[in-house]
Amino acid sequence: MTTGATERLSRLLALVPYLVSRQGIPLPEAAAEFGISESQLVKDLELLFVCGTPGHLPDDLIDVDWDDGHVFLTNAEPIARPLRLVVDEALALLVGLRALADVPGLHDRDALQRTILKLEQAAGEAGAASTQVRVEVEAQGPLADVRRALETGSRVHLTYFVPSRDETTERDVDPMRVLLIDARWYLEGWCRRAEDVRLFRMDRVEALTVLDTPAEVPAEATARDLSEGLFRPSPGDRLVSVELAPAAHWVVDYYPVEEVVQDGDLMLVRLRVVDDASWLRQLALRLGGALRVLDPPELADAVTSAARAALAAYDRP
Amino acid sequence: MSAQKTERLLNLVICLLSTRQFLLKEQIRAAVPQYAECPSDEAFDRMFERDKEELRDMGVPLETGGNDAWFDDEVGYRVDRAAYALPEVSFTPDELAVLGLASRVWQQASLAAPASRAVQKLKAAGVEPDSGSLVGIEPRVRTSEPAFEPVYAAVRDRRPIIFPYRTPGRPDVIERHLEPWGIVSRHGRWYVVGHDCDRGATRVFRLSRVAGPVRVVGRPGDVVVPAGTDLRAQVATLVPERATVEARLCVRTGSGTRLRRRATASTPGRDGADELTVLFSDLEMLAEEVAGHGADVQVLDPPALREAVVRRLRGVLAASVAGSPAAAR
Repeated sequence: MTTGATERLSRLLALVPYLVSRQGIPLPEAAAEFGISESQLVKDLELLFVCGTPGHLPDDLIDVDWDDGHVFLTNAEPIARPLRLVVDEALALLVGLRALADVPGLHDRDALQRTILKLEQAAGEAGAASTQVRVEVEAQGPLADVRRALETGSRVHLTYFVPSRDETTERDVDPMRVLLIDARWYLEGWCRRAEDVRLFRMDRVEALTVLDTPAEVPAEATARDLSEGLFRPSPGDRLVSVELAPAAHWVVDYYPVEEVVQDGDLMLVRLRVVDDASWLRQLALRLGGALRVLDPPELADAVTSAARAALAAYDRP
Repeated sequence: MSAQKTERLLNLVICLLSTRQFLLKEQIRAAVPQYAECPSDEAFDRMFERDKEELRDMGVPLETGGNDAWFDDEVGYRVDRAAYALPEVSFTPDELAVLGLASRVWQQASLAAPASRAVQKLKAAGVEPDSGSLVGIEPRVRTSEPAFEPVYAAVRDRRPIIFPYRTPGRPDVIERHLEPWGIVSRHGRWYVVGHDCDRGATRVFRLSRVAGPVRVVGRPGDVVVPAGTDLRAQVATLVPERATVEARLCVRTGSGTRLRRRATASTPGRDGADELTVLFSDLEMLAEEVAGHGADVQVLDPPALREAVVRRLRGVLAASVAGSPAAAR
């Protein structure tokens, strides 16, 4: 368990060696590196100033000077090296590195392997538990090309599949970033066709060409906050009520669900639908009655007429 | 209060690192100014016990021992500098770039704090992770399942757990007893793999189906992970095999884009439709996909696939005609 005091101590034990090896570093730069405000950094320095080796006479105390906005720190020999990594810390980085090493095209595999080895050595015993945690990341679509486009700031041309309309679209996109969310890769960029920021699933990119034209992302284009995942409620969303038989209970794990009520072995679920709901019609057909649309009635009708039309083809001789 | 405690702990760490000899408790009390101010022996004892635990939790390798056989009934303390310090480590610019990327993997997840502390320590050792290159690449892993934290801690500490679990397709929640071996994220979902004590066999559980609090039982280290356990292989039992069976489908022109891409053969048919040959391994999975296309795709062959599709489409109609929830079962 870490308390406020140990969390701060942890920072101080990293801050001291950091400053010792970078004498004269500007105060704002050091604060930014540790993700704290300048006034917090000054409080940290004031605390260090009164600590030291037993005796605690002036000569025993850590010597810190930041009068001219540059930090000088000396006489901290016992803690001049950072504390070794603990299990959680070694694990977080090692599991992250191994996950990335599995993705072809994302980065130089060789560099990843070398980094993993060095970190394993530096972590020692603390690194052992990291083999018990595994994050599997698959490559999807032309990741390497997107990476190159981001590096060179180039526009790309996409042939992109839209499954709900079962059609392929062509468009030019100015890449902003490539994201991995819930094990899927996405390209976020300024779509010149929609004249708006769009998110493209990499596994639906059928072809991608890096163009010679430089990307021009308009200043007003802002990346979406995806910290809570992809599905974010918006006032324009529709709620569709469906009933799930046991064979379709998994749906609640995969789709944006607003409300779930268990009724015996049935689940009554309200799904959030942001587009034209054609994906939900497809899903209902796929599940063969295990998912039944209750509301709105037009969508329920659309599902049954699609099933009827499909069956008619088999009834023909 | 908190600043005072930080100051005390920092002085304690410095004190224990500065000594080669094991220091007795009374020596430590005299050496750390904040202890000297303690009003009573009991207050000091309590404070010192707590402080020791907190330092150990932070990873400070606190050693206990005696300097002298004559005084072996009295325990002394010190911190070995070699064991305390992060070993010398240096990374090249391309290694720094991937290190920066790896630290960002947990940005939104429960290991975010340890990841950033690790980077702080590496920076302190002179390593400067390069966040400049690989800009615009944001691989993120989320740990939104409430069961993640307790299950992760149990896996890390090798402690058996008990948790209520909902099996898909069954309404009741059953209490499960598991010796967890590892935790795996696959297709964006977290799974725990281990020895299922109820079934006496290896099992995989999805964390999103854990239906209540996870309790740890036993002591750290009680779970023994069998040598050669391959977490990936355990979880991968769900992956479909290679496609080997042939199906012939009639696909309306301009539709079935994905099926067309997989097709091993394609011939233009009549009435604005094409005949495609696709390979499959799981009949029900292909039937699902075909049914999803409605009237745009029909199965020509094999008959078993056609029946599976027709069964699904009839199921849709039966559920809608039946109307009442009871009949839809």
